Amino acid sequence: MIEETNVKNKKIVVIGNGMIGQRFLEQLVSRSETHPIDITVFCAEPRPAYDRVQLTSFFSGKSADELNLVPEGFFEQHGITLRLGDKAVAIDRARKVVRSARGHELPYDKLVLATGSYPFVPKVPGTEWQDCFVYRAIEDLEAIRMAASQARVGTVIGGGLLGLEAAKALHDLGLKTHVVEFAPRLMAVQLDDSGGRLLRHKIEALGVAVHTSKQTREIVKGETCRHKLLFADGSMLETDLIVFSAGIRPRDQLAKAAGLSIGERGGIAVNDHCQTNDADIYALGECALWSGRLYGLVAPGYQMAEVTARHLTGEHDARFPGADMSTKLKLLGVDVASIGDAHGVAPDALNYVFTDEASGIYKKLVVSGDRKRLLGAVLVGEANDYGSLLQLTLNAIPLPEHPEDLILPAREGGASKGLGVDALPDTALICSCNNVSKGGLCSAIAAGATSLGALKKGTKAATSCGGCGPMVKQILDSELKKQGVDVKNYLCEHFAYSRQELFHLTRVGGLKTFDQIITKHGQGRGCDICKPAVASILAACWNEYILKPKHAPLQDTNDYYLANLQKDGTYSIVPRVPGGEILPEKLIVLGEVAKKFGLYTKITGAQRIDLFGARVEQLPLIWKDLVDAGFESGHAYGKALRTVKSCVGSTWCRYGVQDSVTMAINIENRYRGLRSPHKLKMAVSGCTRECAEAQGKDVGIIATEKGWNLYVCGNGGIKPRHADLLAKDLDDRTLVQYIDRFLMFYIRTGDRLQRTATWLENLEGGIDYVRKVVCEDSLGLGAELEADMQKFVDSYECEWKKAINDPETLKRFRHFVNSEEPDRNVVFVAERGQIRPARADEREEREMKAESVV
Amino acid sequence: MSARPKVQMDIGQEWVAVCKLTDIVPDTGVCALVDGRQVAVFRLHDDSVYAIDNHDPFSRANVLSRGIVGDLKGECVIASPVYKQHFSLASGQCLEEADVRIAVFPTRVEGGMVLVNIHINK
Ligand code: SRM
Ligand SMILES: Cc1cc2nc3c(=O)[nH]c(=O)nc-3n(C[C@H](O)[C@H](O)[C@H](O)COP(=O)(O)OP(=O)(O)OC[C@H]3O[C@@H](n4cnc5c(N)ncnc54)[C@H](O)[C@@H]3O)c2cc1C
Ligand code: SF4
Ligand code: FES
Repeated sequence: MIEETNVKNKKIVVIGNGMIGQRFLEQLVSRSETHPIDITVFCAEPRPAYDRVQLTSFFSGKSADELNLVPEGFFEQHGITLRLGDKAVAIDRARKVVRSARGHELPYDKLVLATGSYPFVPKVPGTEWQDCFVYRAIEDLEAIRMAASQARVGTVIGGGLLGLEAAKALHDLGLKTHVVEFAPRLMAVQLDDSGGRLLRHKIEALGVAVHTSKQTREIVKGETCRHKLLFADGSMLETDLIVFSAGIRPRDQLAKAAGLSIGERGGIAVNDHCQTNDADIYALGECALWSGRLYGLVAPGYQMAEVTARHLTGEHDARFPGADMSTKLKLLGVDVASIGDAHGVAPDALNYVFTDEASGIYKKLVVSGDRKRLLGAVLVGEANDYGSLLQLTLNAIPLPEHPEDLILPAREGGASKGLGVDALPDTALICSCNNVSKGGLCSAIAAGATSLGALKKGTKAATSCGGCGPMVKQILDSELKKQGVDVKNYLCEHFAYSRQELFHLTRVGGLKTFDQIITKHGQGRGCDICKPAVASILAACWNEYILKPKHAPLQDTNDYYLANLQKDGTYSIVPRVPGGEILPEKLIVLGEVAKKFGLYTKITGAQRIDLFGARVEQLPLIWKDLVDAGFESGHAYGKALRTVKSCVGSTWCRYGVQDSVTMAINIENRYRGLRSPHKLKMAVSGCTRECAEAQGKDVGIIATEKGWNLYVCGNGGIKPRHADLLAKDLDDRTLVQYIDRFLMFYIRTGDRLQRTATWLENLEGGIDYVRKVVCEDSLGLGAELEADMQKFVDSYECEWKKAINDPETLKRFRHFVNSEEPDRNVVFVAERGQIRPARADEREEREMKAESVV
Repeated sequence: MSARPKVQMDIGQEWVAVCKLTDIVPDTGVCALVDGRQVAVFRLHDDSVYAIDNHDPFSRANVLSRGIVGDLKGECVIASPVYKQHFSLASGQCLEEADVRIAVFPTRVEGGMVLVNIHINK
């Protein structure tokens, strides 16, 4: 029954070099290294396989080269003939040859069809207009980009996954964007009505117009735009360009013409080995119909590629088991995920639904009638739990007693309800794109892939859609912990301690220099990781002047020059403006100093003013003027307190209930210059309207009728986090007392470059524990922490004031040790009336001119 | 600002004196202008002296003298202050990118002066 499927000395022809065709080639050559095979590939597109999943990133600047999926020299190395830009047009099964558009005839022993699909364009009069596009290949995107540069309004027909992705692209290209959907809701396949409605609100909030239940009848010439869409219900829509994303259809024409069996609604029918009804012909990827199902995703296609390669190389029992269609996406910045039986079609399925219209979150669980198993889920607005819910579904893990806890928001202070990765069996499929199981990850970790980078490289997990990334990281962390290595906590190769441990050793041992610390507790001479970390510990423990020569070699360049290094080697200067309140006279001084030294000025994102483009030798001169005018260092260069942002509060604002400005100024002056594991940001708002965005800060203070609410561990930046409420309705004195304790506790226990938000997330016991330590003094450390802070406050000095008065320190502010010349590599050009660093091409142009003058 | 040694005299064989050894704080660097070329000169804790190109090939800024000195697996290195790649002080080899290597120059200390020769690229 089973064919002789060994490929040795056989001619293999592959039609299509898309994502799946390419994966098949890689699988095939890796399995037949010992016996060379004769492979020819027909590729209709002008370039070999590229990452179609990331297609949209072409608009955000990724080049075609960067999307390329073919390793360099791949075809040559494996002796594969690639017929680029040549389309297969006929298969003669009797003679076993394939004919191409360029007239080549190629015999095959085994034929593999990986022709993918094509976008479906509904038969509507007017689609022949040149402003109608599809969204499938790099050429399509090039054409859309061209057309968009001449257009104002763009419309996407189709509100499914791809349509919304295309809409985002048009929106990002600066077009007023419309989405037209035939069904009554968006993403009809994945979402139910409530989920679709919520997604619609979110998308509309971004300025993209959504029109559902609209059937396009005709496209005619427009009045205000180039075209006009006429809908069946009589309404119409003006638009300059149109992108069709109304679904895809398997590209099966070639197979059909060759008499292969085709499904009723298209698709080349295949068995579990991916063979068509002609055992010498295989089909895989989007063109293949397996068990009545078409898969429009890469992960199932990758599995088919592997099965086909195994079957062809003699593994007769290689079977495609079917695949999961769960997906997680970020559409127009909205998280959307759908898992398993999202519509609850199973007969006795029960639904749990949670909707929070205020925050735009919708979550639905579909569970089995006995409430023991999770069958499916829908998440809109927040999909952090996608990984763990998917695992519950795929592995049929018994549900907790109250399944609803899985989607209800954690109450303040409540423990996290997510099931840990340790609960998963080894067979749990973690990365479905690349078919990596938990067991696979664990053995790679055991074999030495102890960093995320190494693990990704070694297993390919998390390298395609990236959806499994957080889970891969959790497994890595958990495995490392079990091995007892906890590598990531060691500062670096010089210290087998975490920052917290080193802080303790330094403080208890009374150690005052890096040399003492490394001699006693480390090895080697140190590096750019441990030196600044130790500098920060020393500063926090003893608050000695950081520019003392013995500390100088430890400082990162920003701390060494008390300014922020910019890309061209110049520095920027941010003087402190406590609470954001500034005298007109001081504003004028900033302007005058900027003019005098020709600096670029900009208001920063944190209520102060940054002066850019200062050369090292200018820094002391600039600061002399600033210090004379009463400015202090703003520590923008340090892992230290940055600013305390404020709103005007009760002094001016009709809603304010406390004087937020005065509080902000007091707080900023108290903690200015405080060195910590990472930078510290604070804010004070005068009422719950929260104009100072205090809940996005490490320490946030919000006024109440009775006093102040204290929030901690918020973050903007890379991974925003809302702060947690630590204590309510505090009076001024208690507020400061709690902040003292909180900050010192963090400084003692935080890891290197760990903001308070990540610190809290890694702290056992979470905010409840912090509350016990800070508010209830559970460790009996309160008085000590406050005393440490008071000592710091009492010994504060402005680093710049001290620097400009110390000839020893001033010596370092020069570019050359043996010349007064400035760095000629620093070149500025003018833009909007100010300076900016010249780009490389501008610099070269200048040099050429200078040379021709000489 | 304090007076600087303006010495740039030739001491035979194109060796140029750039500064006094004590002008460099141990385990830090300075930048010297040698025949029009920017050279980063480092003094380590044991008073050994290294000279490398001051130009950082990654940021294209002249800033390597301002990096942090250290050792990685026993190799003396300087970390670029911009994007933190490491360069071997002995060979100029970049530790992160195998095909990036910067110029390294021989140095001597004579009579308390640091001498650099940029005409011999080690
Ligand atoms: C100048 C400024 C941008 C501006 O033109 O407005 C700025 C500039 C830089 N930011 Fe920022 N950030 C500035 C406000 C912010 C804000 C807004 C704020 O503070 O309200 C944020 C988000 C809030 C937050 O931090 O939670 C912000 C989040 C970041 C992050 C991400 C931090 C995080 O925890 O995810 C980094 C990267 C880092 O620190 O590792 C960063 C790093 C940087 C660095 C240091 C990057 C670098 O190494 O060159 C930039 C150099 C500063 C300089 O002066 O040359 N900057 N940065 C703002 C200076 C504010 C100030 O007056 O001190
Ligand atoms: C914008 C966009 C976003 C996507 N996002 C995701 C995502 O997030 N997750 C996900 O899982 N999937 C996503 N997909 C789907 C994914 O790209 C496809 O599932 C995958 O590319 C299918 O691979 P394939 O090889 O079967 O088909 P294709 O990649 O389409 O390759 C088929 C190739 O065969 C060529 N061909 C066809 N006929 C012939 C012939 N007769 N002769 C020669 N060559 C021929 C075609 O020109 C094409 O190059 C996305 C698709 C698009 C367009
Ligand atoms: S936070 Fe309150 S007091 Fe402050 S400006 Fe806004 S509304 Fe006014
Ligand atoms: S699931 Fe897509 S990369 Fe892992």
